[in-house]
Amino acid sequence: MKLTTKLLAATAMVAASSVSAVELEVTHWWTSGGEAAAVSEFAKAFDATEHSWLDGAIAGSGGTARPIIISRILGGDPMHATQLNHGRQAEELVEAGLMLDLTDVAEAGGWADVVNPSRLLDGCTLDGKIYCVPVNIHSPQWLWLSHDAFEKAGVDVPADWFAFVEAAPALRDADVIPLAMGQQAWQTSLAFGAIMVAVGGTELYIDVLTNKSAEAAASEDMTKVFQAYADARSLSDGSNVQDWNQATNLVITGMAGGQIHGDWAQGEFQVAGQVAGEDYTCLPGLGVNEIIATGGDAFYFPKQDDPEIEAAQKELAALMISPEVQVAFNLKKGSLPIRGDVDLSAANDCMKKGLEILAAGNVLPDGVNAYSADTAGQLEDLMVEFWNDTSITVEDAQARYVGIIESAD
Amino acid sequence: MAVTDTGQTEVSTKRPSRLFKNIAAKIAAIPMIFTALVVFVGCTLWTIYHSFTRSRLLPAPDKWVGLDNYERLWSENRWLISIENLAIYGLCSLVLSLTIGFVLAALLDRKIRFENTIRTIILYPFALSFVVTGLAWQWILNPELGLQNTVRNIGWESFTFDPLNNADIVIYGVLIAGIWQGSGFVMVLLLAGMRGIDEDVWKASRVEGIPAWKTYIFIVIPMMRPVFVTALVIISAGIIKVYDLVVAQTSGGPGIASEVPAKYVIEKMFQAQNLGLGFAASTMMLLSVLVVLIPWAYLEFGGKKNG
Repeated sequence: MKLTTKLLAATAMVAASSVSAVELEVTHWWTSGGEAAAVSEFAKAFDATEHSWLDGAIAGSGGTARPIIISRILGGDPMHATQLNHGRQAEELVEAGLMLDLTDVAEAGGWADVVNPSRLLDGCTLDGKIYCVPVNIHSPQWLWLSHDAFEKAGVDVPADWFAFVEAAPALRDADVIPLAMGQQAWQTSLAFGAIMVAVGGTELYIDVLTNKSAEAAASEDMTKVFQAYADARSLSDGSNVQDWNQATNLVITGMAGGQIHGDWAQGEFQVAGQVAGEDYTCLPGLGVNEIIATGGDAFYFPKQDDPEIEAAQKELAALMISPEVQVAFNLKKGSLPIRGDVDLSAANDCMKKGLEILAAGNVLPDGVNAYSADTAGQLEDLMVEFWNDTSITVEDAQARYVGIIESAD
Repeated sequence: MAVTDTGQTEVSTKRPSRLFKNIAAKIAAIPMIFTALVVFVGCTLWTIYHSFTRSRLLPAPDKWVGLDNYERLWSENRWLISIENLAIYGLCSLVLSLTIGFVLAALLDRKIRFENTIRTIILYPFALSFVVTGLAWQWILNPELGLQNTVRNIGWESFTFDPLNNADIVIYGVLIAGIWQGSGFVMVLLLAGMRGIDEDVWKASRVEGIPAWKTYIFIVIPMMRPVFVTALVIISAGIIKVYDLVVAQTSGGPGIASEVPAKYVIEKMFQAQNLGLGFAASTMMLLSVLVVLIPWAYLEFGGKKNG
C-alpha cells in the first residue's frame, strides 16, 4: 500500500515537474552516538529536497565496512553513495571507471575556491577530474590530558609532550597509568605518526610520507622518534584496553593521564559532560609542533545506469558541501568543516584550536593520502608488534621501518 | 537400456561400455561434478595464477611479478608468527581434543546413569558459534571479570592467570576456547564408534580377565580406526580455517601474537587491498594441507588397491 502511494506520488510529480523523487542508498560506518547524530544532519537536509535518504549504516569500524562497500561495488550491486576516506582507498575503483565523475558539480559550486585546505580536493582528484566530496577534516595529532589525574599526582597539567613524559613518574606514583592506549593496530600507528610530527619535526614527516625517502627514514632524527615511541610504550604499561573509546574513557575517569588520539576523541568527552580547559586539555601536535595532518571522510558516488539517479547523486554531492549542511554536520561530528567560509562560533575550545591552526595553514598530508592501503597495513603491523613486544629494539624496528618505506607505494 | 545396447553393439561386443553403466546416476551427478571442477579446481587454479601477479584491489592478470609475493610473504614477521601459531594450535588441539573426547566417550560408555543429560551438556558448546565462544572466553579469561578474579576472591590472592594479555601464551588462551568448543563433538563421534563395537568383544575380554583400560587401548581403539579418521579430518579442517575464534577473542593481539594464516589472508586481501599477497598466502595454506594430505591418502587408499 505504502509503496503504491509512493509510486503514485512519484508519478504525479513526474507529470507535474518532470523531476522524479529518487531514494538514494547511502552507506557509511558512522554508528557511535555523535557520529549517528552527525550523519542524520545529511539525511535531514536531503529528505527536505524531493528525494529521500535510505540509510545504510554498517556497524564496526572502517576496517569492517570498507571491504563490504568495495565488494558491493565490484560485485555489481553498488549503493548510490558511500563514505570512504579520501585518498588512495578508492584509487583503483576510480581507475576502473566505477565512480561517478563530479567535475561539473564541483565547477558549478566553485569547490576549488572554497575547499580549505585544497589538499583535500586533491585527494578526490584523478587526472583532473573530481570523484568525491570531502565532508570533514579529522586530524590525528592530539594529546588529550585528564586534569583529574594530574591533580591526583600533584603536578601541573603539562603543556607539551616532553613535560608529559617528565610528569609520568609522578602519575605512576599516584597509581595512574600515564598513557592510555587501545591495543588495535591503527591506534598504535596513529600515535607513531603524532610522535613523529612532534619529535621529528615537519620536514622529516613530509620527507618520509610524501617523498617516501628511505634516507630520511634511516636518519638520526628518526631514531629519536623511535626512541620517544619506545618511551611512550613503557608509559602505557597497564593499559589493557582494545577500543579507542575505552582508552579515552580511562582519561575521562582520571585512571590514565593522557591519550594520543585523533580529534574525534572529543566527542567522548562531550558525551561525558566534560568541558575543555576545565576537565581536560587538548594539545594539537602534542603541544610541541602546532600543526595537524588533515585526513577526513569523503563521499563517493558509484556509477549508475539511470540518469535520474545520477541527477539525484549530483544533487546530494552539492548538498553535502553546502555551507549550512557543513556547519550542522561538523558541529555534531566534532570535526572541522572543509570550507573556510563558514561560521563556527558554536564550536568548543578544542575545535577552535583546530580551526586556528587550519586558518594559519599549518597543515600536513595525512597517512591515508600518502600510503596505499598495503603500505599502511605493513606499517600498522610493525607498530603494533613493536608496541607489544619489548624485546624488539629501537634499531631493529627502525631497520624494518626503512625496509617498508623503501618498497612503499 | 536401449542406449546401452546400441552402445555395446557398436563399440565392442565383448564387454559393456563402462561409460554408460548407471547412466541415470551419472547424469544426476553432472551438476555436482561441474560445480566441483569449476568452483574448486577452477577457482584454485585461478587463485594460484593470480598469486604470481601484482594484483592489488582488483585482479590484474597481466601484471606478472613471478615469486615476488612469496618472497615478501616469507619475509614478513606477521606471516611467520601466524604459521607458528597455527602449528601450536593445530598440534595441541588435535592431540587434546582427541584425548579428551576419547576419555569422555569411554566414561560415558560405561553405561552410567543420566548419560543423555551429561552427553547433551558436554555437546552443548558445539552448538555455539566460534564468535560466541571467543567472546565468552574473552570474558572468562579477563583478569578483572573472570577466572583470575574469582579465584582471588575465594582466597588465593596471588593467583595469576591472564593469558590473553601475555604475548607468549596468548595462543593457549585461544586453544582452551577451541578445545572447550570442539571436544564435545569429538566425544559424540567416538561414542557412536564405540557403540558400534560388537558386545561379544567385551564379553570375550571379560572372560580373559583383561582390564577395561587395556581393552580400550589395545582392542577398541584399533577397531575404531575409521571413526578416528573421520574425527581427524573434521578436526584438521577446523584447525586450518580457524579465524572467527581469534577475531572474536583477541583480534590477533596483543600486538600480532595470536595471528593465524586465515586472518592474514582475509586482511591482506580486503583491508590492505593486496590480492596478490593474499592469494600467495592462501596458496601456501593449500600447499600445507596437501603436504599432509597426499602421503596420508597414498597410505590410506593406495595401499588398499595394491593389497
